[in-house]
Amino acid sequence: MRYPPWTAALIAVTLGVSLASCSDNEGGGDGELAGHTIEVVAPWSGDEQQQFERVLSAFEERTGATVDYTSAGDELPTVLQTRVQGDTVPNVAIVAQPGLIRQLADSDALKPLAPDVLEVLDEHMAGAWREFGEVDGTPYGLYFKAANKSLVWYNDATFTETGAASPHTWEEFLEISNGLADMGVEPQSIGAADGWVLTDWFENIYLRTAGPEMYEKLSRHEIPWTDPSVREALEVMAELFGEDRLIAGGGGTALQTDFPDSVINVFGEEPEAAMLTGADFVGTVVSESTNADVGDTARTFPFPSIGGSGDSLVVAGDAAVAMKDDKPTRELLKFLASPEAGEEWAELGGFLSPNQNVSFDAYPDETTRGIAKHLIGAGDGVRFDLSDQVPAAFGATNGAGMWKTLQDFLADPDDVDGAMERLEADAAKAYDT
Amino acid sequence: MKFRLPSPSRTAGDPTSARGPQDGARFGEPSRTALLFLLPAALLFAVFLVYPTIYSFVRSFFDASGDEFVGLGNYVSMFTDARTLTAIRNTGIWVLVAPALVTGLGLVFAVLTERIRWATAFRLLLFMPMAISLFASGIIFRLVYEEDPERGIVNAAVVSVHDMFTSSAEYPEALPRDDDTLEVTEGGYTTSATYEQGDVVELPLVGFKPGDLPSQAEAAAVPEPAGNELRGTVWLDASFGGAENRIDPGENGMPRVTVEAVRDGQVVATTSAGNDGRFTLPDLGAGEYRLRLAESDFEAPFRGLTWLGSSLITPVIISSWIWIMTGFAITFIAAGLSAIPREALEAARVDGATEWQVFRKVTVPLLGPLLLVVFVTLMINVLKIFDLVFVIAPGSVQAEANVIALQMWQVSFGAGGNQGLGSALVVLLLLLVLPIMLFNIRRFRRERS
Repeated sequence: MRYPPWTAALIAVTLGVSLASCSDNEGGGDGELAGHTIEVVAPWSGDEQQQFERVLSAFEERTGATVDYTSAGDELPTVLQTRVQGDTVPNVAIVAQPGLIRQLADSDALKPLAPDVLEVLDEHMAGAWREFGEVDGTPYGLYFKAANKSLVWYNDATFTETGAASPHTWEEFLEISNGLADMGVEPQSIGAADGWVLTDWFENIYLRTAGPEMYEKLSRHEIPWTDPSVREALEVMAELFGEDRLIAGGGGTALQTDFPDSVINVFGEEPEAAMLTGADFVGTVVSESTNADVGDTARTFPFPSIGGSGDSLVVAGDAAVAMKDDKPTRELLKFLASPEAGEEWAELGGFLSPNQNVSFDAYPDETTRGIAKHLIGAGDGVRFDLSDQVPAAFGATNGAGMWKTLQDFLADPDDVDGAMERLEADAAKAYDT
Repeated sequence: MKFRLPSPSRTAGDPTSARGPQDGARFGEPSRTALLFLLPAALLFAVFLVYPTIYSFVRSFFDASGDEFVGLGNYVSMFTDARTLTAIRNTGIWVLVAPALVTGLGLVFAVLTERIRWATAFRLLLFMPMAISLFASGIIFRLVYEEDPERGIVNAAVVSVHDMFTSSAEYPEALPRDDDTLEVTEGGYTTSATYEQGDVVELPLVGFKPGDLPSQAEAAAVPEPAGNELRGTVWLDASFGGAENRIDPGENGMPRVTVEAVRDGQVVATTSAGNDGRFTLPDLGAGEYRLRLAESDFEAPFRGLTWLGSSLITPVIISSWIWIMTGFAITFIAAGLSAIPREALEAARVDGATEWQVFRKVTVPLLGPLLLVVFVTLMINVLKIFDLVFVIAPGSVQAEANVIALQMWQVSFGAGGNQGLGSALVVLLLLLVLPIMLFNIRRFRRERS
């Protein structure tokens, strides 16, 4: 076949550009991986991307390899699936949903973690974290970033003003909420327009009322959502959700409140509410959208224990998975499993490491340090966010499944039976497909 | 900007020239050269339109993974799923209401602005929203309709109008300390026990910020009993580390709270509390009385409507779409208006027609074809409405505000990722657009012949 003359020119230009970009990137050095390029795809963008790139450049300095970072944002599942189909997979992907790890593993897109990577992982992390990354017993995911979801954030100024003190039990928690309401302060700010806020509430309560074993069974749908343990959890939940005076603006207003607004309600210029149940990343919102300081005005206490339940923690996290099986990939994973990588990001804030050997001193403030100690201290007592483990159609879809049912439950907390039936019906449907 | 106008522009000129002889001759047998020039367009058309359409159609018969043939399974689950049915119903409401309203408003505004001095400037202003992306407008309207009057301008307006006519309560949302002394009843908070002359009644309230008490409030005090008077105090029983149902240091009375003495359901005497919360009901006469704190002092402030709640959400989103699209309709219709033969209007006026009759009997019929174009274009636009619903509806009411296009996106690319079902929804959308398209094509044909 004959090509028109300009084809050659076009090819030359394209090659020139790609060569030039290659040589640009190869600013690395003379480490053992010099000349290798590793591609990482992660959902992080903005500040988080910059922070993660600091971690990656620490790896580059160490090994001489070049790491290309691609941010896929919320579309990460779609991006990965497309790239798997197009056979241009990155070396490493960072995945936030266990369901996606399973899905990718089932379609043979993932490589199991190599023995030398597992060795590093076992050295630094509690067994529970390794299990979170397993699919049917095969380890695929290495958790790099963790989220502690069993926290209640409170405005210390409001607490001091009203004389409230951090509660330890659910009864104390309700008592303090009532006391605050008596003083004319709205106790709980709930950003219930975002369904996951309510699933976090439910998970924390269920883990405490039903215990870790039942929690796991429910997350695998081995017991139905009509189980008495679910009723008990919903009834405990209704003790708070059923009292409009305990919720900022009442249940109806909470359903109109987005998560960021619920944070501003507590830590903004004119605080309207005193407390907010949410994960450690509330701290990031506090720093970005309010003038309050984490560790000063914005402080936390662990989600209260219910009926003498032990220290149980709902966690979530981002796992690194290998999509290629070569030395550079393994080296990067080993680095991500090491305390050094965790400390690199911990110093920058907005980060928790599941790695028990990451020095607590690395965290920037007392509150974050406390949250990290709380997380590591729980050891194997951590349980992964239930709504992230169930099929996404049930656990993470706007207007359906857990999100919608719990929102409806907040609107009508008397309807425990109806909520349970709807949860079970939606769950059955989601597991069916 | 120039708009191609179907019939009015023709009627404007010589009516016989509308059917020019060259019309048919221009489109003869396509030559090879013509085909060659058409090729790139045809190729793009095939790649970006024909292939995806056929693929979506085929894909709709397969399951989520794309491996298993499920026949009409996706269509069955589509029409048995409550969410999808809501989406279909809402899309129906949109199609019925929105295009007609926008066309109507566009017509009214176009006719009204025709004779004013700054018509162009005015129309430009109304056209402005079209220059903003739907997504950005959505964010604006999300804020406009925010429930909190501090943030949402609509509720801020509603509240200030409301407050102009009714004064707000002095102690909104203050509540009795517990059921033992005061109960929440019709008309206010009523004591559970009865009292008689000479008694002193302590009435504790909570749920109000001590810092928000009126400045003249003083430390709460209990009055001395007096023979023929029923006395007592109303105070805010909320203080740092204070005991319940007891007046602690630092707890203040609640001035001006209305206290009523009730006997057999009848209010027999009324007084109000002083700065230290004390009140006195003199000369009641012998007998048992209940005390009631009048409801009006504690009514929650009016906070406006929950615009973005499940009941109002679709009308609210439609209203914002109207705001955006009216400019579009005005521009088209105004252009059409300017092409209407003045003589026809003048003739009607000379014949003694009123302005309303001119509008109804002359302007509208002459604009008819154009109005139809605008209406049909808007209808297609409405069927694919997505971004406004996505942005304006809070997560908790997205199910109630759902429309087919949004449901399709959520099902195929949202957390679920079922592109089989998503394709089925797309096919449904296509089937809904098809009749409108066919209608459009037929109309074009008719006009040409």
